[in-house]
Amino acid sequence: MHSTSSIIRFVLILTSLVALILSFLNTGLKAKHEANEALYAKKAILSAVSNKLDNDIKKMSDNSIEEIFANQITQTVVNVEGETLSPAQVVESGEYKNGKAEDVDLGKERRKPVQDRFLPVFEYTAKDGKKYYIVSVRGNGLWDEIWGNIALEDDLNTIAGVSFDHKAETPGLGAEIKDNKGFPAQFVGKKIYDDNGNYKSVTVRKGGAKDPYFEVDGISGATITCDGVTDMLVEGLKYYEPYFSELKSNS
Amino acid sequence: MADTQVVSKPKESVFSFGKKERKLLSDPIDDNNPITVQVLGICSALAVTTLLNKALVMSVAVIFVLAFSNLFTSLIRRHIPKQVRMIVQLVIIATLVTVVELTLKAINYPIYKELSVFIGLIITNCIIMGRLEAYASANPPWQSFLDGIGNGLGYGVILIIIAAIREFFGKGALLGYNIIGPTPEYLINTEESWLFGWYANNNLMVLFPSAMFVIGVLIWAHRSINPKLVDVS
Repeated sequence: MHSTSSIIRFVLILTSLVALILSFLNTGLKAKHEANEALYAKKAILSAVSNKLDNDIKKMSDNSIEEIFANQITQTVVNVEGETLSPAQVVESGEYKNGKAEDVDLGKERRKPVQDRFLPVFEYTAKDGKKYYIVSVRGNGLWDEIWGNIALEDDLNTIAGVSFDHKAETPGLGAEIKDNKGFPAQFVGKKIYDDNGNYKSVTVRKGGAKDPYFEVDGISGATITCDGVTDMLVEGLKYYEPYFSELKSNS
Repeated sequence: MADTQVVSKPKESVFSFGKKERKLLSDPIDDNNPITVQVLGICSALAVTTLLNKALVMSVAVIFVLAFSNLFTSLIRRHIPKQVRMIVQLVIIATLVTVVELTLKAINYPIYKELSVFIGLIITNCIIMGRLEAYASANPPWQSFLDGIGNGLGYGVILIIIAAIREFFGKGALLGYNIIGPTPEYLINTEESWLFGWYANNNLMVLFPSAMFVIGVLIWAHRSINPKLVDVS
């Protein structure tokens, strides 16, 4: 039988040893983790314009992604009034170190009051000189959050491509918004404003799209996730509206 | 001089690999399989078997954690106070799982994202705790290490079989390569595979209940093939 004091000594030694090993490992790998995370987010943003890229995004090396981000993407952070915020203003809020659009975490922003939110905008200039505006949206699926990046053409109306991701949707059903390449592909060419300039966004319709410009087919068995995508688009793109009209009036 | 001659029996090397050791590796794969015979670790067998590559990564992670937690537990087995042995075992498992998680996050971030919470849940995998209690806390390190690898393999083999069945019938693919039925992009790419192009993917196979059915069928098949198992229960 071990005495109580020897048990305590044993446990103390074991736990401090374990804590030491794990904290060393964590600190040692932290830089790599953050780089991986940033790269993953960048890939998601770029995959919204995947059909406008020169190479297949899946086969792209990490370096070429960084390169595109450095050379072909202009990052801006805007607010819901449509004002462009300088990095200094973003840093001032104390949440993001570099104040760039790629740092903005929409998951955090969603919990803030609307007028305080930061909205990231990525301006992608393709090799042929065409410009695409990639904006980020976030909403709720069936089980947890879903999010996406929407690329708009330079008329700020036609969708050039989208990419979706999710935290915990059902594989084979809700998760198809990401896994099935056909779902995001449907959004290409859809419009978010009607002919009179009224904001309409794009609806995911159960049972199949009826309108050629503002609706896409839903996924059978994943109605709630699809409705979540609809709500996410309506809500999320609306926040960018003032910025879009600002851009249009400037050009 | 006199001392050395007293030893009449030739002392076995610590790292010997004889019949007993071979049995440690082969037994859990067939006669004493952790999933189909002991029915342990079912929860992760349901959760990570939708795709083959997920199951492969999970198997490697479990083999690693199981082998090394067995090894470390066995190394300190004489010093672990009986009263707190389970907590100590849990600390060892949790440490190794965290090591796996941190390493995977650094090496392959997309896979880490896909496995998400399941890597953390290796801690609660009953196979590991079971092996530590039943084997490692009473046997020497080398044998415990082999036992860990053997049980990890036994778990992995079943996981891979289930995942292969589920991915094949659920997505018509293996390791992401389309084999039967329409391509995964059937909404935009209507091209069909030359093999059983008419096959419509069975969505049930992607969902968790199907794993339960597949495991059930596997247990039945295993018992009818291996006569030793018939009288177990």
